[in-house]
Amino acid sequence: MATDSQLEIWEVFMQSKSGANYIHAGSVHASDKRMALQNARDTYTRRGEGTSIWVVPATAIVASDPNDSEMLFDPANDKIYRMPTFYTMPEGAKAI
Amino acid sequence: MTEKEALFSYCLRLGDDALIHSYRLSEWCRNAPMLEEDLALTNFALDLTGRARALLTYAGEIEGKGRTEDDLAYRREERHYFNNLICELPKGDFATTIVRLLFTATQEHLFYSELTHSQDGTLAAIAAKTVKEAQYHMVHASDWVRRLGLGTEESHERLERAIDELCPYTGEMFETDKVVAVLQDKNIAVDNAAIRSNWKTYIEDILREVGVMVPGSQHMQTGGRKGIHTEYMGHILTEMQYLQRTYPDATW
Repeated sequence: MATDSQLEIWEVFMQSKSGANYIHAGSVHASDKRMALQNARDTYTRRGEGTSIWVVPATAIVASDPNDSEMLFDPANDKIYRMPTFYTMPEGAKAI
Repeated sequence: MTEKEALFSYCLRLGDDALIHSYRLSEWCRNAPMLEEDLALTNFALDLTGRARALLTYAGEIEGKGRTEDDLAYRREERHYFNNLICELPKGDFATTIVRLLFTATQEHLFYSELTHSQDGTLAAIAAKTVKEAQYHMVHASDWVRRLGLGTEESHERLERAIDELCPYTGEMFETDKVVAVLQDKNIAVDNAAIRSNWKTYIEDILREVGVMVPGSQHMQTGGRKGIHTEYMGHILTEMQYLQRTYPDATW
């Protein structure tokens, strides 16, 4: 299998509408920035899913090590006072 | 020639360009060099099919004999198709496909930009939609021409070969005749000759960038607009029309 013919991997993030968060959509192969954007456009927006795209070389993403997950994430489990659930919702507020 | 007859021909020509080029692009489905490009080329094929549907449907309405888009797409004889010959040439290698797309999409981008000013409201509306698609096809093809031209020795060679092969088929895109003249009088049609120099400049700039010789003036192939085709057209129609010929009026 000639894996080297498949070019670099780029991660694709899409915004569904203006102001919304960019959400990871998947990945594409590409040799350069322009190709990455075009491939992302042709692969992930064919049915009107997005209005804006970010592409990031997969090698530029720094990921946490699964072995560190206890150290990184467990301490947040028993800090219920960090949740905003003790507040009374103001009347009429919808977007909280 | 009446205005109605001319408009019918005009729509058939533009519709057939889209229909036949779409067929050629769709041949890359599951054959492209990589999955992403497979999707891109078949996306373009679908853009062109959409355009063909709009234009052939409108042609049928103008003719007023009750022919639908399907009747026009699948029930005509070879001599009654009026696409430019460049659309029907075999898909060839990837360089051929990309050069064809560069040549046609650049012309289409210029052509449909002008057609948005047409006095015919339907054509102007189709043009407004098409111009965005053509622009994207043009950008995609341009980028690939740069990659092929500045890539390896082989990609450069294949690009050169494709350009030499397809150049003689570019003259047709700028031809003018009675159909065009009748409609130009009414500000319906685009002045084909007028967009030629912009087309030439765009193409030459890209080719110079990648160090490919721009072919000089040469003999140009012609015939498509009169229904005179290359040997490849019959083979396309054999496959494309098979279902409607074998099971007339078949529906899903």
